[in-house]
Amino acid sequence: MGMTITEKILAKASGRDRVVPGENIWLNVDVLMTHDVCGPPTIGIWKREFGEKAKIWDKQKLVVFPDHYIFTANAQANRNVNILREFAKEFDIPNYYDVGTERYKGVCHIALAEEGYNIPGTVLFGTDSHTCTSGAFGMFSTGVGNTDAAFILGTGKIWEKVPESLKFIFDGELPNYLTAKDLILQVLGDITTDGGTYRALEFDGSTVFAMQMDERMTLTNMAIEAGAMNGIIKADEVTEKYVKERTKAEYEIFESDADAKYRSVYKYDTSKIEPLVAKPHSPDNRDTVRNVRGTKLTKCYIGSCTGGKLSDFMNAAKIIFGNTVKVPTFIVPASTFVARQLEEETISGVSLKQIFENAGCVIAQSSCAACLGGPSDTIGRAADGEVVISTTNRNFPGRMGSKKSEVYLASPYTVASSALTGVITDPREFL
Amino acid sequence: MEKIIKGKAFVLGDNIDTDQIIPAEHLVYSLTDPGELKNYGKYALSGVPLGGAGLPNGGTSFVDEGNYESKFNIIIGGANFGCGSSREHAPFALQVAGAKVIVAESYARIFFRNSVDGGFVIPFDTPQKLNDKIKTGDELEIDLAANKLKNYTSEEEYQLNPLGDILPIIEAGNIFEYARQNNMI
Ligand code: SF4
Repeated sequence: MGMTITEKILAKASGRDRVVPGENIWLNVDVLMTHDVCGPPTIGIWKREFGEKAKIWDKQKLVVFPDHYIFTANAQANRNVNILREFAKEFDIPNYYDVGTERYKGVCHIALAEEGYNIPGTVLFGTDSHTCTSGAFGMFSTGVGNTDAAFILGTGKIWEKVPESLKFIFDGELPNYLTAKDLILQVLGDITTDGGTYRALEFDGSTVFAMQMDERMTLTNMAIEAGAMNGIIKADEVTEKYVKERTKAEYEIFESDADAKYRSVYKYDTSKIEPLVAKPHSPDNRDTVRNVRGTKLTKCYIGSCTGGKLSDFMNAAKIIFGNTVKVPTFIVPASTFVARQLEEETISGVSLKQIFENAGCVIAQSSCAACLGGPSDTIGRAADGEVVISTTNRNFPGRMGSKKSEVYLASPYTVASSALTGVITDPREFL
Repeated sequence: MEKIIKGKAFVLGDNIDTDQIIPAEHLVYSLTDPGELKNYGKYALSGVPLGGAGLPNGGTSFVDEGNYESKFNIIIGGANFGCGSSREHAPFALQVAGAKVIVAESYARIFFRNSVDGGFVIPFDTPQKLNDKIKTGDELEIDLAANKLKNYTSEEEYQLNPLGDILPIIEAGNIFEYARQNNMI
């Protein structure tokens, strides 16, 4: 019996020839990532358990990004960043990307990719549920709680249960009105928020391999919205090119065997998919944009680890170019690198930044910002009674701020089209 | 570690999320102060809608009014037990209330890990659905070595999935104790 890509990577990391879904195995961790919300409690547990002689298993393998509650006057949030800063100083952490310095990066999952920490065939754990994003690079990546992270910090090891795999095959050319966001919303509507529990979601098919890394990361990012342990896409030339430009690290490419066992296989003809939204208050509450068109909006939001990458802004800018937005529209580049690219990338000689500014959008500094609500002074935060359309990944009650707000999740095309009309709008009207 | 756990069953439905296990408003108590932390027991499973609490009939509180501990110490759940946030307070609250074992069809991954690694409760999963076969109040016995659940009330016996490699962590108490015993730390 063959193995899936996830099983092969886990076998390697556990020093075995093969692993079987359901088995609990010990893994050697290649990278541990943490941020300002879960970093401080993780450090607390690590100190409590390892005591005076607490040692980090491998400083080079620990990566710390302040990114969640950054540009705020909130005292507890700032205290958290201070704890990270002190910790980085005390233990001389090389991969700490402090806010307020040249090194500041922004949202962790995107920064991991940009800084060359995503390496095919490796195992990455993070104290954040969307750590599954890195799976776009043909690697195993997943989120853990603070206890587990503290354990990894001290030992470099963690146990994991080998997941069963589900396969999603998208074939055919991606129509010019669709993005990876529409495809993952399709999947979530099909399998619901627990359809992936303790499972791996493997994405395959010609549509997927025609995508650049930005778009692939949108697919794996939202694997957790189905409860999945990880999302994964085999590394190919596109992946290798991206990785080689950022790191000299050696890597190993794994792929699923033809006779690997899947719990289920889903096949999609990409050309048949329509622009989709997830209606309030769950990412699996799928509908077509067509069915909800005309819904009145108070705010549009383009940002986060799933919807604030260069490709997302490129897509949005295509629609916004030369027009004016009708409702407050927030542009939040996931990383400082993306923010710089907004100034460098152009459409007909006009930079993306200029396109958004000319249209009347608000451009914010890179961070998680209102993706998870955040302190009351967070830019773009949803207030009582607001109806928001957003390129982010979660729309549970209160996720973007007020429990009395409603959030629709959609692609950058759909959000940009809606920004121009003030109501939910099918991007095919503009493309 | 006890090899045989005996007790009364408290039966729940599918998708019991961490807000039902310990509602967010109760996350304020200290996790270390003994006087304060017993509140986690008091409010354990207090977010479960009454109709779904103590199946098949419902209407049974896990912890009686005014008490800090439950008279049930084996929880029988359905699919996706512990979904929702990654809060470690959830398995902790069940432990404080006196729960020793959960038997469910499946778990949300982070809840499962937190249960084992923090040493809070033992999460068994099962090859078949049991929350429609066992009734709240049934007298159960779980044999941890044989992976068997015996229902003395209905005189039925069920096989549980083996705990596998996590058994030593459970036996040690938590992941840090396990690592100390094995000279990992
Ligand atoms: S951008 Fe949103 S989803 Fe991504 S890491 Fe930040 S808070 Fe989480």
